[in-house]
Amino acid sequence: MLKVKDLNVFYGAIHALKGISFEVNQGEIVSLIGANGAGKTTTLHSVSGLIKSSSGLVEFMGKNITNMTADKIVKVGLGHIPEGRRVFQNLTVHENLELGAFAVKDKNFIKNEYDKIMTLFPRLKERRKQLAGTLSGGEQQMLAMGRALMSNPKMLLLDEPSMGLAPIIVKSIFDIIKACNDEGMTILLVEQNAKMALSISDRAYVLETGKISMEGNASELLNDENVKKAYLGG
Amino acid sequence: MKEFITFIQQLINGLSLGSVYALMALGYTMVYGIAKMLNFAHGDIIMVGAYTVSIVCSIAGFSPMAAVLASIVVCTALGVTIEKIAYKPLRNASPLAVLITAIGVSYFLQSVALLIFGSKARKVQSVLNLESVKIGGVDLSGVALVIIFITILIMILLTLFIKCTKVGKAMLAVSEDRGAAQLMGINVNATISMTFAIGSALAAIAGVLFVSSYGYVDPYTGALPGIKTFVAAVIGGIGSIPGAMFGGIVLGIIESLSKAYISTDLADAIVFGVLIVVLLFKPAGMLGKKKITKV
Repeated sequence: MLKVKDLNVFYGAIHALKGISFEVNQGEIVSLIGANGAGKTTTLHSVSGLIKSSSGLVEFMGKNITNMTADKIVKVGLGHIPEGRRVFQNLTVHENLELGAFAVKDKNFIKNEYDKIMTLFPRLKERRKQLAGTLSGGEQQMLAMGRALMSNPKMLLLDEPSMGLAPIIVKSIFDIIKACNDEGMTILLVEQNAKMALSISDRAYVLETGKISMEGNASELLNDENVKKAYLGG
Repeated sequence: MKEFITFIQQLINGLSLGSVYALMALGYTMVYGIAKMLNFAHGDIIMVGAYTVSIVCSIAGFSPMAAVLASIVVCTALGVTIEKIAYKPLRNASPLAVLITAIGVSYFLQSVALLIFGSKARKVQSVLNLESVKIGGVDLSGVALVIIFITILIMILLTLFIKCTKVGKAMLAVSEDRGAAQLMGINVNATISMTFAIGSALAAIAGVLFVSSYGYVDPYTGALPGIKTFVAAVIGGIGSIPGAMFGGIVLGIIESLSKAYISTDLADAIVFGVLIVVLLFKPAGMLGKKKITKV
């Protein structure tokens, strides 16, 4: 479904992604794990068009999206839930969700998606008139996910959904990710919390200073001695 | 009683001047909020608008209303063009580079006007010719009342536009987080263009109202009002739309009352003095957005 080939990204003189290639198949959850600064977020940003890659190919459902702008990439069905949630703080929960369907014209479709999200996240329903900035971190993460789901994307890029959240909330967020996947959503997941990420993933790639150093089935990586030592706390 | 009547008249004058400032400050503040830049050429748009009115009116057969429409069209096109040519290439440049470019555009517009029209002031026909009206025994300038009315109407329409339309919401989203807005499928460049269009159209209207009571236009007509409306936007809290409305009106009233009761020469000094005092106590402006964040 998503094919990335030999992707290179520079920040000025810094070579942030050094020719990475990976693939995500329909219906999979694939994780990108790695240390701080390995290039995980950069990878997601260049896939969704928020930053420009200097060379390489990104293909989504057979379509070359390498040099498309972010607002066009959303429209072909690739949603991105960015690191730090980035909900619109001064807008209400309801308005945030509406903006999630900005590219959609069909009013009935929007209403349907909205109702679905209200059932998926009852907390958001309770708070739909509240400003997003006043929500708790977990609720903001739910809002960011709901917002991305409003356009009914075919695939989601999820960046650090567990960041700054209490373990019990992390658990419920991951349950929701799994539930979305069970309904057929393809997901590319970036996580610091490698153990948690691998536990729900089909496959994973390990990023190390801008290069993919390892790849394989999530269950194999979970038991790999090197991965255990470097990313899973021994 | 006589003093009270004078005070009311001055207050209405102030409200009317403040309305014009508010219209201009809206353009400043919207562009700042959404494109994150200070468009110092904003004041000079008013000058272009005033010249347009003057020229169209001098061509026989055109009514003042046609002149106003022409002025809106010209200013909107100019605002969008300036953004495309001068500011868009600098979207990811440092804020300082953009600021200097904006100052450059301002001088450019003034110089072009100077080349075409010379430095001699040109007469502008007033598009509002109204008798004064008597309300409760007080003679009030009809022009001032109409200006206040038009401004209130525009503010209501603008607020509704931003709150209730998709484009308006896209503007709010872009002003808060450009990247996240893009991820919603919002075309950031188109949204910024739209902001310049609206800001410039408001400036055109403000320009028409401004020179209507002034009577003349020269290449530097927009310079001082431009700076003052920037002050108004900062006093209200730059980036905040209600702030710009509030700041503009407060500024107009202060200026008007200073002229009436303190000194005509000192009025501008007092206006800038108020800016300093406001910034000392409320650095984000009177209605500046307080950040509510929970991480």
